[in-house]
Amino acid sequence: MGLHGGQFTTMRIPVETFHLDNGLFVTLSEDHTTPIVAVNLWYHVGSANEKTGRTGFAHLFEHMLFQGSAHVASSEHFELIQRAGGTLNGSTWLERTNYFETVPSNELALALWLEADRMGELLPAMTQEKLDMQRDVVKNERRWAVDNQPYGTMLEKMQELVFPASHPFQHSLIGSMEDLSAASLDDVAHFFATYYTPDNAVLSIAGDFDSQEGRELITEYFGPISRGTERPPLPPMNLPPVFGNRLREVVHDNVSLPRLFMAFRSPVFGTEKYYAASVTSAVLGMRKGSRLQRSLVRERQVAADAGAFTFDLAKGTDLLVVDVTARPETSVTRLEEEVEREIDAVHREGVTEAEVKRAVALIETDLLASLQTAGERADRLSMFATYFRQPELINEQAERYRSVTTQRVNDFVSERLGENNRASLLYVPKEGVESESMLAAAGRAD
Amino acid sequence: MVTSLRPKPGPPRSYHFPDFSDELLPSGIHLVTAPVAKLPVVTVLVVVEAGSTNDPAGKEGVAALTAGTLLEGTERFDGAELAEAFEQLGTSVESGADWDSAFIKMTVLSEQLEQATNLLGETISSPTFPEREVERAKAERLAEILQLEMEPRGLADEKFSEFLYTQESRYSKPDEGGTESVRALSRQDVEEFYRSRYRAGSTTVIIAGDITTDEARALITRAFQRWPSGVAPSQPLIAAPRTTRKSIHIVDKPEAPQSELRAGHVGLPRKHPDFFPALVMNAVLGGLFGSRINLNLREAHGYTYGASSFYDWRRGPGPFVVSTAVQSEVTAPALREIFLEIDRIRGEHISEEELLLARDYLEGVFPIRYETTGAIASALATLVIYDLPADYFESYRKNVHAVSVDAVLRAAREHLHPDELQTIVVGDARVIRASVSDLSVGDLHVYSS
Repeated sequence: MGLHGGQFTTMRIPVETFHLDNGLFVTLSEDHTTPIVAVNLWYHVGSANEKTGRTGFAHLFEHMLFQGSAHVASSEHFELIQRAGGTLNGSTWLERTNYFETVPSNELALALWLEADRMGELLPAMTQEKLDMQRDVVKNERRWAVDNQPYGTMLEKMQELVFPASHPFQHSLIGSMEDLSAASLDDVAHFFATYYTPDNAVLSIAGDFDSQEGRELITEYFGPISRGTERPPLPPMNLPPVFGNRLREVVHDNVSLPRLFMAFRSPVFGTEKYYAASVTSAVLGMRKGSRLQRSLVRERQVAADAGAFTFDLAKGTDLLVVDVTARPETSVTRLEEEVEREIDAVHREGVTEAEVKRAVALIETDLLASLQTAGERADRLSMFATYFRQPELINEQAERYRSVTTQRVNDFVSERLGENNRASLLYVPKEGVESESMLAAAGRAD
Repeated sequence: MVTSLRPKPGPPRSYHFPDFSDELLPSGIHLVTAPVAKLPVVTVLVVVEAGSTNDPAGKEGVAALTAGTLLEGTERFDGAELAEAFEQLGTSVESGADWDSAFIKMTVLSEQLEQATNLLGETISSPTFPEREVERAKAERLAEILQLEMEPRGLADEKFSEFLYTQESRYSKPDEGGTESVRALSRQDVEEFYRSRYRAGSTTVIIAGDITTDEARALITRAFQRWPSGVAPSQPLIAAPRTTRKSIHIVDKPEAPQSELRAGHVGLPRKHPDFFPALVMNAVLGGLFGSRINLNLREAHGYTYGASSFYDWRRGPGPFVVSTAVQSEVTAPALREIFLEIDRIRGEHISEEELLLARDYLEGVFPIRYETTGAIASALATLVIYDLPADYFESYRKNVHAVSVDAVLRAAREHLHPDELQTIVVGDARVIRASVSDLSVGDLHVYSS
């Protein structure tokens, strides 16, 4: 059935790559079905590269990249792209920072030029005033997304719990208020010169463009930018495959329902064992038919919601996290016991072939559906190029998942879901905070 | 050195929203098909005249509960078996209700389309709404309400609707129902709601993706052969404001590091003749990163991570709202800036530059919004739900382009009502009360827990 029935097995996204002399790695992928084009840059720097006392720097820096460069005024990057009818943003993660635009295809040159100008010449436009202002914006982002948000501290509490002190993944990504206040203009300049260099970046273009023209534009705009000097190596990041003992932390917070995040060390992103871990995560928590949804939400009705995900870290160790929110009548103790019991059962008995098939089928559909957007294609090309220098891995993902056998999932489960590899981060409603009282709030004006 | 020469745009390539066909099947179901041949994937979206505005009084939440339990059991399968069957086909069905309609949506690989659609049709044509699953869905909704009320954003949104509309309006209560009404709902309420509203004459099936019109017609005719015939009764909507007196409501959240702010009033219905001028006016005021409110609050003052304004478009007049979260200490100054911006856009013409930014953005971003089969199906659903003309998407950019600075000023003066603004602040009353009171912008009410 359909216009392209059966094509999926042979579907490939075209991928071309080349280098500039300054080390910039470029991937190109043409598709002319819609007159739009996505530009995507990954810088191989994230919070893991921050120094002690300067947490939150990589992310603060992401904000500074929208504050203008030699030929672009503050906030003008946003304005020019929106005026061109494009969308844009940036994001920071433990290992990388990315910047991206999707624009009508006749505006490709603008997007490339804007990215080149800030890669090549950010510092002439940097001022103390801009830094102070963005520091305030980031502090408000922290208040909004972390401090004033139920469970908003999950990421930083989890990092603290599961990584040893001094491990590059251990400290907060958004940073502490103190460290944000301490960041100086010199720090900014130094960080930029060290990490925002063409030889530490990958540039991808996906969508409606001519690859010859793309090469010419990239060479013209990015060619003159100088290669960086040596970057300080990351400290050793490798960790044993399991925690070795139980880790547990209880957080009393402004939340109405107890919620348990249970993390397991798991194989790093992109390895063969990673795919088994990723399928396990889907078996456990992806959609209604998953193990935890079925048992804890549907059958036993102790949870309001349940899910699972992987961090997709490419260095040191990855994490698989199970996330279960209690129903109001479920006690904290019961929540923990029920989740433990499910994980114990999976660890003891393994998962079935049907569960693996279900998980792989769902992953495959999501994978294909996500590749419909130029922005997503460009981002994945950048990711595979940044971590492995192999953007063409984008075409092997479905096959990688399909080749995961039940045996491999169960090998992973038996190695990594045991009691010696569990870290529990448990959110508990603060004492004296009665969720019911808020309901009555509007009735009593004073 | 990177060249200082700014690139000029090349010649634009033309873009057309995907062609679609529109037909009435003999059963009375309205079928819309958009063949999009990019990838072997298809989205099926069923839209039924069974949204939250159809909730009977006192049974708020029944539309959402019905849509949410549609796939929880049939004569042949229980809910767990259904979830398993869909997911083995690599898809899962999302179902729910918004204000205007119920929707059932799935995206599936072409090779599984036929099987998945047959199963979907069978399931939602003969749901049994098992008591246990209805009670579970209710309990999950009640848990969700508890969470929303602990979350400052959710609480602010809920209180805003409550203070905006008269109590008789369905819009004054949460679309999925509040604690009291949800607790009182029964399996029978769900069953009755389904029987009265899930009818062929009130149903549209939208298919977008790797399929032809003929294939879609054959597929839907077969899969929905048991879909109940008839038409759902229509129902009047009340959407009057609770008050036209300007007021500020502080909902106290002791020690909150930020105040969540909502300021607005009853807005416009989606099918309003001034839709395009209002859209462009709002883009300038608070609809874009480069809009006045965001540049003022975020970039000039550093009060917030982001501030925006928007129309919540519905069939009836949904809210117009300015929304942001600011550091507690600057709550009053931030509110003052918001009120100033509303006055300013009503006071004088926006500049041609601002007009161009808003128009160019809305025109240019249009194709980017419709890259996926899911987005195309949802876009086609808006045509059906709001009864928009078939050439709506083809003429969208022309209509945006026709908006002038005069039209923006007229829209601001006619459709923004500073004297009727209702402002909600969820924040630490101890810190903000005095300074907010000094603003003297309407009656002040403080609610404590």
